[in-house]
Amino acid sequence: MSGPGGGSGGGAAIRTDALTKRFGAHTAVAGLDLEVPRGAVFGFLGPNGSGKTTTIRMLLGLVSPSAGRAEVLGEPIPDALRRVLPRVGALVEGPAFYPFLSGRANLERLDTADPLAPPRTRAARVAAALERVGLSHAARKRVHAYSLGMKQRLGLAAAILLPRELLVLDEPTNGLDPQGTREVRALIRSLADDGTTVFVSSHLLAEVEQICSHAAVLRAGRLVAQAELGALREGARFRFEVRTPDAAEAAEVLRRFGVEPEPAGPGIVAGVAAHALDGGGADRPAHDGVPPPEAVVAALVAAGVRVRGFSAGAGSLEERFVELTGEGFDVAG
Amino acid sequence: MSRAEAGAEPRPAGPATLRLLGSELGILFRRWRTWAMFGALAAVPVLIGLAVRFSGRPPSGRGPAFLNQVTENGLFVGVVALVVCTPLFLPLTVSVVSGDTIAGEASLGTLRYLLVAPAGRVRLLAVKYASTALFCVAAPLAVVLGGTATGLVLFPLGQATLLSGAVIGPGEAFGRLLLMAGYSAVSLLGLAAIGLFASTLTGVPVGAMAATAVLAVVSQILGALDQLEWLHPWLFTHHWLGLADFLREPVAWDSLGQNALLQAGYAAFFAALAYGRFTTKDILA
Repeated sequence: MSGPGGGSGGGAAIRTDALTKRFGAHTAVAGLDLEVPRGAVFGFLGPNGSGKTTTIRMLLGLVSPSAGRAEVLGEPIPDALRRVLPRVGALVEGPAFYPFLSGRANLERLDTADPLAPPRTRAARVAAALERVGLSHAARKRVHAYSLGMKQRLGLAAAILLPRELLVLDEPTNGLDPQGTREVRALIRSLADDGTTVFVSSHLLAEVEQICSHAAVLRAGRLVAQAELGALREGARFRFEVRTPDAAEAAEVLRRFGVEPEPAGPGIVAGVAAHALDGGGADRPAHDGVPPPEAVVAALVAAGVRVRGFSAGAGSLEERFVELTGEGFDVAG
Repeated sequence: MSRAEAGAEPRPAGPATLRLLGSELGILFRRWRTWAMFGALAAVPVLIGLAVRFSGRPPSGRGPAFLNQVTENGLFVGVVALVVCTPLFLPLTVSVVSGDTIAGEASLGTLRYLLVAPAGRVRLLAVKYASTALFCVAAPLAVVLGGTATGLVLFPLGQATLLSGAVIGPGEAFGRLLLMAGYSAVSLLGLAAIGLFASTLTGVPVGAMAATAVLAVVSQILGALDQLEWLHPWLFTHHWLGLADFLREPVAWDSLGQNALLQAGYAAFFAALAYGRFTTKDILA
C-alpha cells in the first residue's frame, strides 16, 4: 500500500526518502518513504520496537541516518536543523525533566536553550503553556513530585512554548489515565485547528484513530501502509454479526444476501459481505453488492430467527491494520 | 505573538548563549550536591585548624607543608588546606562536575530535549565547559575562604613569613592566598576538559566521573615515578603543587605560566575530542 494522502512535495511537513538507520547488524528503520502533508494530523503507528522512535530521532537530528534523506518543513535534515528545530515542538520517547526543579523552572530552562526564543516574553509564554495543559496549579512544585501523567503534560507544554509549525509527539498519551488521554486528544485537536501539523506516534491505534486525518503503519522498520484514514478504510470488508440461538437459520438468511457465514463463537453468526466498500465511509454500505443492514434484519425476523443482537459495519481500523500487516498490532516487530 | 516575531527575526547568538550559561550555572549552583561538595571542601581547613589548635602539641614539621606556620598566622590554615586538597579532594569534585556535564543530561533524558530546543551541540558543549571552569574557580575558593574563617577564629593574625624569609602583612598574605586559589583553578582546567570528554562517551554519569578521577590519580602516580621523568612535564598534574611559588618574594610566576600553557594544551586537546565525539554522536538516551 502506498501513495501519500495529499499535498505536493514542496508542501510536505515531513518527507523522507529511503530513510534508513542501522545499529550494527540490526536495521531499525529500513528504506522509509514518508510524506506528511502540511496541516495533517498524522498517526505514525506500529508495535513497540518497530522503529517509530528511531525515525522520530532522525527527523529531529538526534540520530544521523545510515542512508536516505529527510526533509522537515521543506529543509534538509540534519543540515538545516538550526533553522528547522525552532519551528518544531517535540515530545520524544517520554518526558524528561530535572527532578529538583519546578515545572516552571524546567520550561524556562528549555526555552532558554532555544536561542531564537525571545526572553522578554519567556515568563508569559511559560505560564500560558502551563495553563493550556492544565498544570498552572503545579507550576511551582518540583517535578520530582509530579505523576507520570503530569510529566507527560509538562512535556506537551514544553513542545508548545512557541507557536510551532510542526509538532512531533512520540506516544503522547503514555501513562495518562482515560481522562488525561481525552484531554491530550482535545489539545492535539485544538493545536491542529490552529494549523499546526501534528505527527503523532503510538502503539495504540485506538488512541489516535479518532484524531488522525492520515496514518502510516510501521512494522519491523518497514512502512506497510500510508494513506489518508478514509483511503485506508477503503477496501475494508463489510461485516455482519448476529447474536442468536438459531444459528442455522440465521446462517441461511445471511447466505441469501451473499454473505458467507463463518463460525464466530457460541450463539454468534458472523459473515463478511462479498464486495468491498468504496471510500465513502465505513458506516453505510454504498456498494450494490453490500446488502442494507435493515433488510437483513427484516429478513432474519421474517425467517423466525430470534435476533438478540445485530451489528453491521466495516471492522475497526485496527482490524484493517491486522489485515494489512498480517499480524496482531501489539506484537513486537 | 506572531510567528514572525518569534522566529524569523535573527537574534545575536551572544546574549542568548550567556543566558544559557546563566541557566546552566543556576542549575549547577542550585543542586544540593554542589553545595555538599563546597561544604566538604570548606570543612577540610576547619578540621586542620581544630586539630592543630586542640592537639596541644606544636607541629613538628612533619605532616602537610606549612603546617608549622599555622600557629603563628591563621591565614596559613587556608594554605595548608589547599595543599592537602590538591592531590585528591579538589580533582574529585571537578571530576564529579565535569563528568556529569553531558552524561548527566543524557541519564536524565534532558539532553534530547535541550538538543531539540535546539541548544546546538557545539553551543551546549561550550556552555558546559564554561560552567565547569567556573566551578574550578569556586572550589579552591571554598577551601581558602573556609581556611581564612577558621584561621581568624582559632589563631592570631600576624605577620607571615614566606619561604624566602621575607615577611609580609596579613592583607598581602590574604592576597597571596587568593592567588593560590586562582592557581589551583587554572590547574584544574585540563582535568575539567578531560571530564567533559569522558562525559560525551557515556550515558552513565558516575562512569565518566570515576574515569576522570582515576586519570587524575594515575597521572600523579606517574608523576611520582622517577623512571618516567621524561614524561613528567607533560602530565597535567605536574604543576599542581606549584602553589608554593606564591609564598616566595618576589612571586615566582614561571610556574604559573608553564602550568597555564600546559592546562590550555590539555583543555584544547580534550575539548577537540569532546567536540568530535559529541557532534557526531547518536543521542539515544
